[in-house]
Amino acid sequence: MQVNKEWTPTIVAFCCNWCSYAGADLSGTNRLQYPANVKIIRIPCSCRLNPMFILRAFQRGADGVILCGCHPGDCHYTTGNYYARRRMTLLFSMLEYLGIERERTRVEWVSAAEGAKFAATMNDFVKTVTALGENKRLEDLRCKE
Amino acid sequence: MQKIGVFVCWCGSNIAATVDVEAVSQALAQEPGVVFSTNYQYMCSQTGQDLIRDKIKEYGLTGVVVCSCSPRMHENTFRKTCEKAGLNPYMVEIANIREQCSWIHKDKAEATEKAIILGRAAIAKVQLNAPLQAGTSPVKKRALVIGGGIAGIQTALDIADAGFQVDIVEKKPTIGGKMTQIDKTFPTLDCAACILTPKMVDCAQNENIHIYAYSEVEAVKGFVGNFKVTIRKKARFVDTTKCTGCGLCTEKCPQKKVPNEFNLGLDNRRAIYIPFAQAVPKVATIDPDYCNMLKNGKCGVCAKVCGANAIDYKQQDELIEEEYGAIVAATGFNPIDLSKFNEFGYSQSPDVVSSLEFERLMNAAGPTGGTLLRPSDGKHPHTIVFVQCVGSRCDGGEKGKPYCSKICCMYTAKHAMLCREKYPDTDVYVFYIDVRTPGKNFDEFYRRAVEEYGVHYIKGMVGKVVPENGKLKVQASDLLDNRQLHIDADMVVLAAAIEPDKSARPLATMLTASMDTNDFFTEAHPKLRPVESPTAGIFLSGACQGPKDIPETVAQAGAAASKVIGLLSKDHLLCNPCTAQPDEMMCNGCSSCEKVCPYGAITYIDKEFRGPNRTTLLRRVAQVNPAVCQGCGACTVACMSGAMDLKGFSNRQIMAEVDAICK
Repeated sequence: MQVNKEWTPTIVAFCCNWCSYAGADLSGTNRLQYPANVKIIRIPCSCRLNPMFILRAFQRGADGVILCGCHPGDCHYTTGNYYARRRMTLLFSMLEYLGIERERTRVEWVSAAEGAKFAATMNDFVKTVTALGENKRLEDLRCKE
Repeated sequence: MQKIGVFVCWCGSNIAATVDVEAVSQALAQEPGVVFSTNYQYMCSQTGQDLIRDKIKEYGLTGVVVCSCSPRMHENTFRKTCEKAGLNPYMVEIANIREQCSWIHKDKAEATEKAIILGRAAIAKVQLNAPLQAGTSPVKKRALVIGGGIAGIQTALDIADAGFQVDIVEKKPTIGGKMTQIDKTFPTLDCAACILTPKMVDCAQNENIHIYAYSEVEAVKGFVGNFKVTIRKKARFVDTTKCTGCGLCTEKCPQKKVPNEFNLGLDNRRAIYIPFAQAVPKVATIDPDYCNMLKNGKCGVCAKVCGANAIDYKQQDELIEEEYGAIVAATGFNPIDLSKFNEFGYSQSPDVVSSLEFERLMNAAGPTGGTLLRPSDGKHPHTIVFVQCVGSRCDGGEKGKPYCSKICCMYTAKHAMLCREKYPDTDVYVFYIDVRTPGKNFDEFYRRAVEEYGVHYIKGMVGKVVPENGKLKVQASDLLDNRQLHIDADMVVLAAAIEPDKSARPLATMLTASMDTNDFFTEAHPKLRPVESPTAGIFLSGACQGPKDIPETVAQAGAAASKVIGLLSKDHLLCNPCTAQPDEMMCNGCSSCEKVCPYGAITYIDKEFRGPNRTTLLRRVAQVNPAVCQGCGACTVACMSGAMDLKGFSNRQIMAEVDAICK
């Protein structure tokens, strides 16, 4: 851990291949800036996101996790984002029960045309997580070298 | 352990200006499993691809990571490169360091650090990649065109000419679309009907084309090569096989007060009607909202006069199931609703008309028989004011659209010219923000309107139109002369912005095709794949993709048709090999995965397993049909025993990425 450097959160963004990943690409094409601590992982559909991945991210030291998918009704696989929405609702309430702030996790619907929304969402999310500070509760220090 | 090669692309200066590519390739060379790491100016160029190919052979690479632009751009390029070098194409992973790194960050140190982390995540993933083989699925050699305007007609004709079956679904009683309502076309001033109606007849006579008029797409299932579409054929209450289109019923029908939508409500039609003389198919349709017989069972005149005995008041909607290999969306456009624009008095005075209404007033087959008369008193107008950009280029306003509707400058020049030509005693004013005439012979056309026909073009917007004593008081500003103008006009014509048809949004949902914020269909790539939707097997034709004039629409329709022909001429398509796969030893046959699968790709079989003491056990396990599975991964999360996994995006692969990012 670098001590002298100002702390910035580690953010993992899971983006569905068809809408949100393309939306993220569009915000790049339009040169819309958002902080570099957001790292995107491409998944085929928001319903591919196993809640386990979010727990894993928190365990490994992520400070915030966001899932982006197609707008409800616009899923490339017709129904995937509905499943994702239900799963995340359950997971987030469980995380809250465990003492993880609700604001560390988020689900956002970003279409392939919404590059501006993607950048705005990421800026807002980074700001929110930065204000919350480091995620200590779920982080497993044994995973750190 | 894989032997991984890392290739960092500069993308000219697109990446290299913000990311220290040398530092990235050096840092990634230290990662476990990486045996070679380099950077190059353009990895997607022939030289760059050769470099990858050579290094695969030289180092015996088993995995490749390319740090470059988005995988949506060049993943396939690099997969093919590796395939040529004998490496399985699914052993390639792309780290997106352009769209999601160099283009969105300014700080070089930060961007470089992020690029390294993204590269690490890709390396961690490729460590766990396994070679995948794409299966094949057959192609249904039939295409569906949704929308029967000029875009749909041209697409269907071109596909049919190549020898493939095409169905056109049109929601109106006749094909032809907006072009049937147009009088003359710019910049040649040839008659729209004269060039369109032969094409409509061609469609009807072509044995490869089947027209479902007065029908709508109800549901779409399946995927590229194998779409299953449900079409609702709405009840016309007329047997189309018997109706000869003689039109006797439309003359005898006593219900005369039905607004005629073909003339935009400028005159009336009967409750049983044929939209216009050249309609295809030329059969009558009963409007159930106005027909006395259908509403209260009292009339039956049309049935009495029909010699062909074609009237059937008991007809029901019919649902038709068809299979298609490709679908073309050609849903077209509509002018926006002008009633919101109170300042122009559209709702207050019948003499304030939209351009399409003006088109009908000028049309020989229109309500006035081609004589330009004011809708209010039927008198000939002497002063006509055209207002451009009504609802176009409105930024941030709720009333209008942010984009340029593209065709208005040209058709307004056409209208102004036709007015002056037919009625030289009229004064014609055109108020514009800019005149945009980029097209072959377009600017010459506009200049002719100004120079030869003496149309008054005034740069500035109309502020207000007030109906007063049978005149329309137009208040406007002349920006070049910097003065206010007051014109007493007889007619005001508003060039309404165009918007996608309302049916496009629900259709896009059915097709899982994406749309932009204005509800135009999005193309797969704005420059290189302009007629394809990002969803495989869905193609775009005409104004449903963006505002277009007729020549552009016809060109795009032909391009979409050639893409469809390319697809239909294949017997088999390669399937996405990233499909779900259950681990039979872990599967407990609970059916959770089957319930969430949107494609019905999962079935169960009873399989024999070896039990203790040389016994056999019969267990129920899940089976995935790889030709049907589209690889969404819903089942992998639903699986409670963790037996289901997705090839190419496995649990271990995604978690390896998470670990690499969070490290």
